[in-house]
Amino acid sequence: MPPPSDISAPAAHSTPARAGNPGDRAWGWGITIFGGSLLVVAGLILYELGRVAAPSWGQLGYFKFLFSSAWDPVQEKFGALPFIYGTLVTSGVALLIALPVSVGLALFLSEMGPRALRAPVAYSIEVLAAIPSVIYGLWGLFVMVPWLRSSVEPFLQKTLGFLPIFQGPPIGLGYLAAGVILALMILPTIASVTIEVLKTVPPSLKEGALALGATRWESIRISVLPYARPGIIGASLLGLGRALGETMAVTMVIGNSPEIHASLFAPGYSLPAVIANEFAEATGDVHVGALAALGLVLFGITLILNAIARILVEAVARGPKGSRA
Amino acid sequence: MNAAQEISPVNSSPRRPVDSLDTPVRVSPEGPAPVVAAEPPKLTVKNLDAWYGSNHALHGVNLTVPPRSVMAAIGPSGCGKSTFLRCLNRMHELIPGARAEGTLLIDGQDLLSRDVDPVTLRRRVGMVFQRPNPFPTMSIRDNVAAGLKLNGIPGNHHEIVERTLRQSALWDEVKDRLDASALSLSGGQQQRLCIARALAVQPEVLLMDEPASALDPIATAKIEDLIHELKERYTIVIVTHNMQQAGRVSDQTAFFYMGDLIEVGPTEKIFTNPSEKRTEDYVTGKFG
Ligand SMILES: Nc1ncnc2c1ncn2[C@@H]1O[C@H](COP(=O)(O)OP(=O)(O)O)[C@@H](O)[C@H]1O
Ligand SMILES: [Mg+2]
Repeated sequence: MPPPSDISAPAAHSTPARAGNPGDRAWGWGITIFGGSLLVVAGLILYELGRVAAPSWGQLGYFKFLFSSAWDPVQEKFGALPFIYGTLVTSGVALLIALPVSVGLALFLSEMGPRALRAPVAYSIEVLAAIPSVIYGLWGLFVMVPWLRSSVEPFLQKTLGFLPIFQGPPIGLGYLAAGVILALMILPTIASVTIEVLKTVPPSLKEGALALGATRWESIRISVLPYARPGIIGASLLGLGRALGETMAVTMVIGNSPEIHASLFAPGYSLPAVIANEFAEATGDVHVGALAALGLVLFGITLILNAIARILVEAVARGPKGSRA
Repeated sequence: MNAAQEISPVNSSPRRPVDSLDTPVRVSPEGPAPVVAAEPPKLTVKNLDAWYGSNHALHGVNLTVPPRSVMAAIGPSGCGKSTFLRCLNRMHELIPGARAEGTLLIDGQDLLSRDVDPVTLRRRVGMVFQRPNPFPTMSIRDNVAAGLKLNGIPGNHHEIVERTLRQSALWDEVKDRLDASALSLSGGQQQRLCIARALAVQPEVLLMDEPASALDPIATAKIEDLIHELKERYTIVIVTHNMQQAGRVSDQTAFFYMGDLIEVGPTEKIFTNPSEKRTEDYVTGKFG
């Protein structure tokens, strides 16, 4: 008979990594090479974009390009601001809508929901992820935009119309439409990553909270969510990354007008949308260059967001002050 | 909510034992047992059965625990010790398919009945787990105060935090870094922090499932000393598969085997003069 040992005790043996093992070293080198070549590819893309963008950088000046809001290729006026603004606003709206919904869905699926409902909900999330973006665009154009125009926007105007973001004529096509479509598109990403993150929360933490007399929701609030927070932030940033770069669906519903409006009901434009729309017909090095420069800006925004994400995640992972973990 | 704080954790029920035959401390043939429960029991378990799906894990367990005493549950792995413990604060309900039937009385009040909210029960019956499980994102102070916040107890938590940390013999080691993360503590300190966390809400009964099995001998000795002190105020049920530990910390010992409660009685008797052959075989190391 085996000696008494509790079945719930964790495995006592874990093989320590042996640094000197030749296989491990080869593996290490392999990883380094692959990682390195990724960096090289990213560098080459940046270089090429920079080369194409150079004529317009030179002619317009960085500052004027970034902070001017006039975009008129015919008169060779190129200002990036409406696109930067449109990209950030639509992605922001998308995250604002998608984050709470995704976290709620993830909690429902992994912690609270009735078991019978979990599978169908999980399946529909997968379906959402599999829909091509042009289909989102079509649906947005023919179903969602008319609905926004006739119901949602008038309603928002009536209830929250004192806010500048909900003023102006309800057109349907615009920042709000793009934001909502993007929310739908990034929801599966955020939800599925969050579900994976929630699975990593040690059950012992939940038990600890429940044993203190926490209700299910209280245990989620004091033990699950704080533990999962860095991962949920990571999930949001993955979703945000997808929203920033999404082209097709946004192009179809944002209104494609290179202007800046405070109102979410107004039509706007985004960086990927303008590049996709104008690149084929761009005439002249300056126009092509300006579009490449917009590409660089998009690249830059993504990089900055990634950096912020890292800083956030690391700060959160370090835990409360004074901790060493 | 403050009134709850005023209630002393020690038993104050004036009731006498309803049926002395229910007391597990039986009079042995040689004469009266050394420890006889004069007070009404704090905890009474009657005909407790537990299942995981179709696996019948506990068969009709009957025992009582007097107030301010320590009962140890011993037995080979898989015999149902943890299951028994989890039923006592209905943590078994968290496991899909698990259910328990029977009567569980604290001061005569049935807590297994459907009318009793398990959340309320768990505030009266605290639990400490095998592996220390402090909330990793919280400071030491916030860990201790976590239960107070859940209970909506307002006011100066600092005083309660200090008192509880003193009770769990951790205060001197952490008083200068209450705001440090709970993870900055050693395993033994984390376990004492978990004990403090459980004590902060003033439970009446404290359940401990192999609280020292993940700790080194020195940390284990500290936990055992602590149990000695805590029993002045709390009723404790501890699961251990370390028989020396059961001998050191407990007043009564319950021996479980394959889901049956084989024997329960004063610890000294169980270890020196058990009535059951299987108990004797187990405590003398013939199997397990
Ligand atoms: N979560 C669970 N699901 C199903 N069966 C379980 C679970 N936990 C324990 N059991 C079963 O219940 C029995 C008693 O287990 P347990 O109470 O954990 O024993 P002990 O704590 O004495 O080692 C064992 O047969 C075990 O397989
Ligand atoms: Mg166990």
